[in-house]
Amino acid sequence: MPNQKLFVSSHAPYWHNRSSLSAKSYNILLAALPAVILGIYQYGPPALGVVALSVSTAMIWELIMNYVTKRPVSIGDGNAAVIGLLLAMLLPATTPWWTVVIGTFLAVVVGKQIFGGIGGNPLNPTLVSIAIITLSWKGLLDFDEALVNFDLGFYMVYPLAALKHLGPSVVSNYSVGELLMGQYAGAIGSTFGLGLIIGGIYLILRGMIRWEISISFLVGIFVTALLFNISDSEKYAGPLFHLLTGYTLIGAFFLATEDSSSPVNFIPMLIYGVCAGFLTVLIRNIGAFVDGAVFAILMMNVANPLLDKIRPKALGKGIKHA
Amino acid sequence: MIKKPFFGLGKPKLKYSGIENIEGKDVKEIPPSTMITLMHKSPNGELGDLALSIGDEVKTGQKLNLRKTGEEYLTSTATGTITDISHASGYAGQSFISISIEAKSKDLWDGEFEKAGKNGSPENVLPFLSCLPGISDLTSLIKIDNPLNTIIINGLDQDLLITTNQLIVRNEADNLAEGVEFLKKTTGVKKIIFVVPPSLRMEAEKSGAEVKVIEPLYPDATPRLLMKEILDNPVPPSKNLEDLGVGFISAEAVVALRTAFVKGKMPVTKVLTIIDKDNRLTCIKARIGTPVRDILNALSIDVSQGDRLVFGGPMSGQGIYSEDMPILADTDAIMVQDKDQVIPIGNDPCINCGECVRACPAKLPVNMLIRLLENGLHEEAANEYDLLSCVECGLCSYVCEMRIPIFHYIMLGKHELALTGSLEETNA
Repeated sequence: MPNQKLFVSSHAPYWHNRSSLSAKSYNILLAALPAVILGIYQYGPPALGVVALSVSTAMIWELIMNYVTKRPVSIGDGNAAVIGLLLAMLLPATTPWWTVVIGTFLAVVVGKQIFGGIGGNPLNPTLVSIAIITLSWKGLLDFDEALVNFDLGFYMVYPLAALKHLGPSVVSNYSVGELLMGQYAGAIGSTFGLGLIIGGIYLILRGMIRWEISISFLVGIFVTALLFNISDSEKYAGPLFHLLTGYTLIGAFFLATEDSSSPVNFIPMLIYGVCAGFLTVLIRNIGAFVDGAVFAILMMNVANPLLDKIRPKALGKGIKHA
Repeated sequence: MIKKPFFGLGKPKLKYSGIENIEGKDVKEIPPSTMITLMHKSPNGELGDLALSIGDEVKTGQKLNLRKTGEEYLTSTATGTITDISHASGYAGQSFISISIEAKSKDLWDGEFEKAGKNGSPENVLPFLSCLPGISDLTSLIKIDNPLNTIIINGLDQDLLITTNQLIVRNEADNLAEGVEFLKKTTGVKKIIFVVPPSLRMEAEKSGAEVKVIEPLYPDATPRLLMKEILDNPVPPSKNLEDLGVGFISAEAVVALRTAFVKGKMPVTKVLTIIDKDNRLTCIKARIGTPVRDILNALSIDVSQGDRLVFGGPMSGQGIYSEDMPILADTDAIMVQDKDQVIPIGNDPCINCGECVRACPAKLPVNMLIRLLENGLHEEAANEYDLLSCVECGLCSYVCEMRIPIFHYIMLGKHELALTGSLEETNA
């Protein structure tokens, strides 16, 4: 037909709230920055090297997999960069370059792409990689060993390792202020407690992560640690120490909240968070590993599909009409 | 521009637009068009046994029997000559017969309804009422043997930005009161509930119906949600409102019913909200069958290639393909969306963020549903993940971070299920 204008047509709705995956990824990167910047400030060029290498190789692995699997290039959505940055935040500043490259390979390729890319991963990709590195190269994630050549003017001992080997007497070596400000040995991006909390609150308020998971994870850790502490304060450290050390805060706000591997319904989110917190303290206090957050969250990732079966009744369901 | 608020914690809160948002207080009359097209929804689109033919003269308000046998009919909204009869298909495979009438400038009114409507008994008027403005088929509410027990009159609108019904409640409160009486008489229903936003409580109370005031928060005025909130009688997924003895009607249709009886003529005009590219609202009155082009020209709204034209509102309307499309008896709004505002759908899978689950007013596990629907597993979706409980509000697609057309998948699933269901019936 002449003079016929062609209109764009599609199914309703014609409005969208303009949220997008890339906006979410960039916001997570932004929220993680305070902790990363403090880590780089403390440990200097080696830390910067680990962060830069980790983010860039994560994106390169993603790009390679895009070509190998003949799918659209997806590094623009920022998810690979988030995986890379989170991985770097969990590593010590002295991590050798090959570990970082293998680590991002494990995270992006093994953790995410072989399951079909974003949305398909049953486990948090970053944690898959950290777990494999922990199990394969025992010394690499031993922060006291890795950071032996650094003297930053504060007590250079990784608190959880000290707790494991020396008992709760070490707690008095760290003040709450020092723990919040990252004044102790640890990974690049997971020691600056205050920065992580601010980043996490920012993400919660923006609706980028689910507050139920973060809060219930912290509650789970607090309550479990408190119970252990009450039962035998000579043997087990108090709850505040557990809340502010190790991967607790980064786990609560950045790792446990990963979309694809966590539940979406209200009650399952609470169970997921509380159980992950419970397992974390259990592993720390009576398990073999120094920190339990990684394996605790991975365990709950596995339970996620089952947990999400607990859901409210849909409209009109379960009503009998005569 | 609509955007997620900076602090995006919790559900989206979208409010129905109130009448205070209309530009100008008057309802603009659109001059009659020279070409009127009537779209009749016909279960079978056959053109073989039509009782109408090209060249027939028709009068305004005349009941036109469509087929030589059978009950299908439509009401002419113009006086003139039939120039074309053809078949058209619509949303989800609906089949239409479109009848074009070259209209004369002077209306000659048909008197048949006046005779039939004199004593107002349901049996006499029933064969005329299926084409009232504001409702796709009023006769579904009139069940002579087994009348419904409740009718809900919606004084809110179907979608955001539409103000058609609310305007009628405000401007025609007295006519509505009379309309409610006629509604009781024709349908035999005693209990009439009138749902309005707080701003229209005064007007609604004049109607003599039981008034329920609800906060104008989308999508609370959808029939299934009203059933739950107001009657505390949720509709099971495999049933509809009428199975529970409840009818749903818009305020406009009630006023149209009153017009038909009082004036003795079938109403042929429709009030519409026109939503322009800047989301400004104008209320107009136009003949049913007027092409969209004439309405947009009368309001000097420009549309160009790549824009979007929608019948209905931004959340649940239906896209149309041509400016020649005529307005239907149940078209409450025409929305024009600029091409810059058109958001393309995404191509990536669900990331399980759960925004849709939190937004869903019917508490569906949308995250699981979309996984099944994307793979065409419609029956599993209905059996295990409550596909049929959906109230069709569109909020899931509105909040989807990956911009998956979830609402489209849901409607496709429902359509496919209905098809399989009817196939099984015919084969049984």
